Amino acid sequence: MISTVLFFAGWAFMLAGCMFFVTAALGLLRFPDLFSRLHAVTKIDTLGLGLMALGLALLDPSWRSCLMLMLVWVLVMASGAVNCQLLARFNLEQEEAQSDEAATRHRPGKGDKPRVS
Amino acid sequence: MIWLASIILLSALAGLWRMSHSPTIADRLLGLQMLSTTGIAFLLLLAHWQNNAVWRDVALVLALLAAVVTVALVQMLRRRT
Repeated sequence: MISTVLFFAGWAFMLAGCMFFVTAALGLLRFPDLFSRLHAVTKIDTLGLGLMALGLALLDPSWRSCLMLMLVWVLVMASGAVNCQLLARFNLEQEEAQSDEAATRHRPGKGDKPRVS
Repeated sequence: MIWLASIILLSALAGLWRMSHSPTIADRLLGLQMLSTTGIAFLLLLAHWQNNAVWRDVALVLALLAAVVTVALVQMLRRRT
């Protein structure tokens, strides 16, 4: 009884994780700018991997494999959070550097429109 | 099981495509992140599928490397500019 419940719950979690992976891939390919893509990948990917690790832990309930899966998930969660912030900040720095360079190269003249930021 | 594995590999392919066709370098690193996460998921699935615990160790090593590689690359790029 318990084993069938665990089996079906594990497969359901794994299917949900796969769906989240597909959603992350779609977001990565279709979203218009970098920040929304960052949002799509780093959160939804981590969630998909967590659901998949949970499903595998339900299907294979030995202590060693559960501990391993949890360790992998914690590592991926930490690296996803750090990488999201780091990449967003790096992209902002690059954009600011590019706009500064363009502003120094381009002297404002008579016919220029005022810059709206 | 093979269907789940192929779905995961298809989303890994999306990450690979984003790595090769992307406007900025941050986008490439984002594709790398996607590729590593799907790779970890595939290795965990493989460990259960083939009933071989070695793949779980491989997934752990890949998770460790993926945690470090983006930080290292962004630091290198920052120092260069």
